[in-house]
Amino acid sequence: MAKILMDGNSAIGEAAIRAGCQCYFGYPITPQNELTEYMATHLSRRKGCAFVQAESEVAAINMVYGASVAGARAMTSSSSPGISLKQEGISYLAACELPAVIVNMQRGGPGLGSISAAQSDYFQATRGGGHGDYRTIVLGPSSVQELADMTMRAFDLADKYKIPVIILGDGVLGQMKEPVEFSREAPTVLLARDGSLRGAKGRSSRIIKTFTSNPSELEEINWSLFRRYTLIKKEETTCESFMIDDARLVVVAFGIAARIAKGAIKNMRSEGLKVGLFRPVTLWPFPDEPLKEMSKTIKQYLVFEMNMGQMVEDVQLALAGQGEVAFYGRPGGVIPNPSEVARVISRLYYQKGLK
Amino acid sequence: MKPVYTRPKSLKRTPFHYCPGCGHSVAHRLVCEVIDEMGLQERVIGIPPPGCSVFAYNYFDVDMAESAHGRGAAVATGIKRAYPESVVFTYQGDGDLAGIGTAETMHAANRGENITTIFINNAVYGMTGGQMAPTTLRGMKTTTTPYGRDHILEGHPIKMSEILSILDGVAYIERVAVNSPTNIRKAKKAIAKAFQVQLDGRGFSMVEILSPCPTNWKMTPIKSWQWIDEEMTGIFPLGVYRDVAEKISAD
Repeated sequence: MAKILMDGNSAIGEAAIRAGCQCYFGYPITPQNELTEYMATHLSRRKGCAFVQAESEVAAINMVYGASVAGARAMTSSSSPGISLKQEGISYLAACELPAVIVNMQRGGPGLGSISAAQSDYFQATRGGGHGDYRTIVLGPSSVQELADMTMRAFDLADKYKIPVIILGDGVLGQMKEPVEFSREAPTVLLARDGSLRGAKGRSSRIIKTFTSNPSELEEINWSLFRRYTLIKKEETTCESFMIDDARLVVVAFGIAARIAKGAIKNMRSEGLKVGLFRPVTLWPFPDEPLKEMSKTIKQYLVFEMNMGQMVEDVQLALAGQGEVAFYGRPGGVIPNPSEVARVISRLYYQKGLK
Repeated sequence: MKPVYTRPKSLKRTPFHYCPGCGHSVAHRLVCEVIDEMGLQERVIGIPPPGCSVFAYNYFDVDMAESAHGRGAAVATGIKRAYPESVVFTYQGDGDLAGIGTAETMHAANRGENITTIFINNAVYGMTGGQMAPTTLRGMKTTTTPYGRDHILEGHPIKMSEILSILDGVAYIERVAVNSPTNIRKAKKAIAKAFQVQLDGRGFSMVEILSPCPTNWKMTPIKSWQWIDEEMTGIFPLGVYRDVAEKISAD
């Protein structure tokens, strides 16, 4: 099909509908409102589908929980402060092994922060975020096309592993327009997931719950979750490498920061500097094996994030001392341009005598 | 011989964990009787809350999904919107519905969600050990109002049936009590009506049940029944607070 010019938020909405999303629950917050509005326009009138503008992000995520209980593909979206409010529900979804898709178009923080793009919710997204021991799959898109593709992948992964999946975007991705192509047509029939609650007809009644008064039982639930997380790590870890074959310095960045870094690296290459890019696509599971492998030949790394240094800790853990890690961060919603990042790369390159 | 009293089909053969004299067991039984008599067991999805009735799913033989504290109405909204053929009820305590979940309850009611709420008001946080609830009476001693609830510092008992009854999305609200055979029979009728309202697609329905908590009230079960008549119904009068006859058209 032909490419369509779309803003990132709307592209997520269209991709979600084509992925068979049946229910969307949201609450207004900038910079993700176009997604809520897209669903109000395009999902709410579809047969068998539901859209609710909830009274709060807390209510919205609990509506997602309910829709997932009933076997529907369900989704919510928000931006950083709103995602904090959703953490309670995400913890329950993870505990009850319920699929759901949660979009976070990050903005500057902490507190009310700013409405400009940031990446400061990396820790929150990749460490579970709410209470208890759990993980969510976290996808880090860096273009409007990827927002569309990853939204579809998110629904599939959520169902496959019975887990909440977070799309960790940001204000730039949500707002900017790019040509996008959708790989699927919307399904005509929406089927309820196996094991969902639809009334105990022709079978015994079912319970979906998290609470137990028996710590040993809960310990086993935790073990069971983490066995699945090990499987996800093995099967679903994805990353992108760009010009690393002969690289002497590798920039590690995710999401929109990786896009900016790529621009900087192209410029560096034209000046003869051997710089490459490593981009984690799944932020959880983090692609630590490819980094470890790379550290056998490449010793100098620069982590660039639009925060004060969060993913850099995962890079250090992955390299386990087998490489030197520098960090460049721009928090608060500041969006550096490729030439600023290029200056930082260039300075490090010459300081370390890589020329 | 014709049996005149049996265990409802939708009530599992599991001994209740509730304290002697607790109103939950009566309320559970009434809901199950109604589910049986209306033939809803295969359609019902129940939402029990954190609190004393967190184990409600061990007793109700229907599909059930636990909710986070106070979020029952939002969870029920999600289920009902995803699967409108279901008959969804929340079972919530006073801390759950009138404290931490006030927003979810108010807005689900105001949207006219086609769900039924069974609201157990025993004026106290039971499971956590008898702390002040939003519905604790003035002067009433709890573990967090050891000198009695002082309305200057701690506010007044909140009247949810009255508050919700002015919302346009609400179809039916009645406050009942389970402290005498007569009242228990009335409570069952109200529960049946609330489910019928949902089946008719008329909007949000709720039955508030004044329910004894002898353990945390530090009374005998008999005294706790009397206390509902003598003290609670003065603040929380029994009766129908809203009953909208017309059917809301679902286009």
